[in-house]
Amino acid sequence: MRIFGLNRRIIRVLLGSQYAHMLEYRAEIALWALSGVLPFIMLSVWSGSEARLGLGLDGVALDRYFLSAFLVRQFSVVWVVYAFEEDALLGRLSPYLLQPLHPLWRYVAAHLGEQLTRLPFAALIAAVFFVAQPQAFWLPSLGGFLLAWLATWLAFAIAFLFQSLIAALCFWSEKASALERLQFIPFVFLSGLLAPLTAFPPGVRALAQWTPFPYLIDFPARLLAGQPVDLIAGFAAQLAWVALLLPLVLLLWRAGVRRYSAMGA
Amino acid sequence: MGRYWRTLRRFWSTAVAVQLEYQANVLIELLAVAMSLGGSLFLLSLFYGPDQTLGGWSWAQALMVQGLYTVFDGMASTWLRPNLGAIVTHVREGTLDFVLLKPIDSQFWLSLRTLSPGGLPEIALGFALLIYGSVQAGVVLTLPSLFTVLVMLLAGGLILYSLWFLIAATSIWFVKTWNATEVLRALLASGRYPLNAYPPALRLLFTLVLPVAFLTTVPAQVLLGEAAAPMLLAGLALAVLFFSVARAFWLFALRFYTSASS
Repeated sequence: MRIFGLNRRIIRVLLGSQYAHMLEYRAEIALWALSGVLPFIMLSVWSGSEARLGLGLDGVALDRYFLSAFLVRQFSVVWVVYAFEEDALLGRLSPYLLQPLHPLWRYVAAHLGEQLTRLPFAALIAAVFFVAQPQAFWLPSLGGFLLAWLATWLAFAIAFLFQSLIAALCFWSEKASALERLQFIPFVFLSGLLAPLTAFPPGVRALAQWTPFPYLIDFPARLLAGQPVDLIAGFAAQLAWVALLLPLVLLLWRAGVRRYSAMGA
Repeated sequence: MGRYWRTLRRFWSTAVAVQLEYQANVLIELLAVAMSLGGSLFLLSLFYGPDQTLGGWSWAQALMVQGLYTVFDGMASTWLRPNLGAIVTHVREGTLDFVLLKPIDSQFWLSLRTLSPGGLPEIALGFALLIYGSVQAGVVLTLPSLFTVLVMLLAGGLILYSLWFLIAATSIWFVKTWNATEVLRALLASGRYPLNAYPPALRLLFTLVLPVAFLTTVPAQVLLGEAAAPMLLAGLALAVLFFSVARAFWLFALRFYTSASS
């Protein structure tokens, strides 16, 4: 029986082959993991600054927040628009479209394979952080960890759907991937990657709550760091974004495939 | 020497002509630069409340640092990324052969072949921010300080280029680590803030190992009249050192180049 075109065997083969593929690129993925050090740089600026008091994160809470932000980011990085653009340009998309499986599943599997390859490198960076800041070490409670994991997954889902929406626009315009660059800028500043949302002036903060960005980093990171959060509001917002984006992606994708005329021969 | 100048003029005029074919890109670039500068200023403002400083730097002084960072970031997207980012493609596809066969220095060709005018507005905005910050901070510009700051900016540019080139040159061995410059870019982001905003251990790192301090903090200090002579000399020495190492490393790396598919 297949649900959304998937059954156990297909899932196993997809994940297994994509994981093997990503392991080939482990050196590259290690460097991508390392290029996510920005939260640590921001941590070192925040911890020495006079503005720190306004954050409501004292003592080791700040260290834990930024480490969590780093980890959440590591496992919610999405690059589907770039992979899709390349596949469409090189004509690889055509055989994918002929298969009785939605091509997006292939990209989902590739991302999961990449996350699994990234896991040891992210763990290593976290270990180095704890060696440098031993007083910040903590183990989240099992319940807290599972909730943070779920929130990170939902963050990944939102980011993935959002970028798939942009990727689907590539069916219409070659410039669509520029949209990804443009949306990345507010993401960096409003997600909580560079500054906890409590640092924002109330007006900006209220505005940010209406964008998907704080639910991509700030909410899961606070959960992982063991900060008090509004669980119901956070998860409700994440689910609402998924519920909004999913039908849009499917509709736009279906309309785009109808327009698609393969590249090359 | 004259030959190199003529070649350079040809390189850049063709690069600009190519880019003019894609005018919409310029608009997108402009929007991206404006948004990201706005975001950076917003982020910086979070560190400043009434009578707060960041590592002893006032808001206006920190704006100067931010402006200098924007200038170097613009330089990276105009000059470094389009050129040095292509080295790995040359190695992978074997087209480096053609570059090596040309009767011109290969490092010159690889470093200056093209130019992406899309980054120029960022450089201009960076200088505008630097000038605004300087005026707000009450900087009195004298001829010697103007001269010193220009020399230090050149030294900073040379350091940045050499670091970037060193990393890009390793692709002769490790084609798969083409994104190593992304790590450098992430670390360079530390230049957005004055050196004193960092804890002492990182200050040492950003001065000697990854000399971001000489890109943004030191030129700002020169303008503010706070720069110490030893620091300036250290910056110049590091620029010469990094450039010589990059040059020597390239000549060394070429001995290991075996071309693609052979």
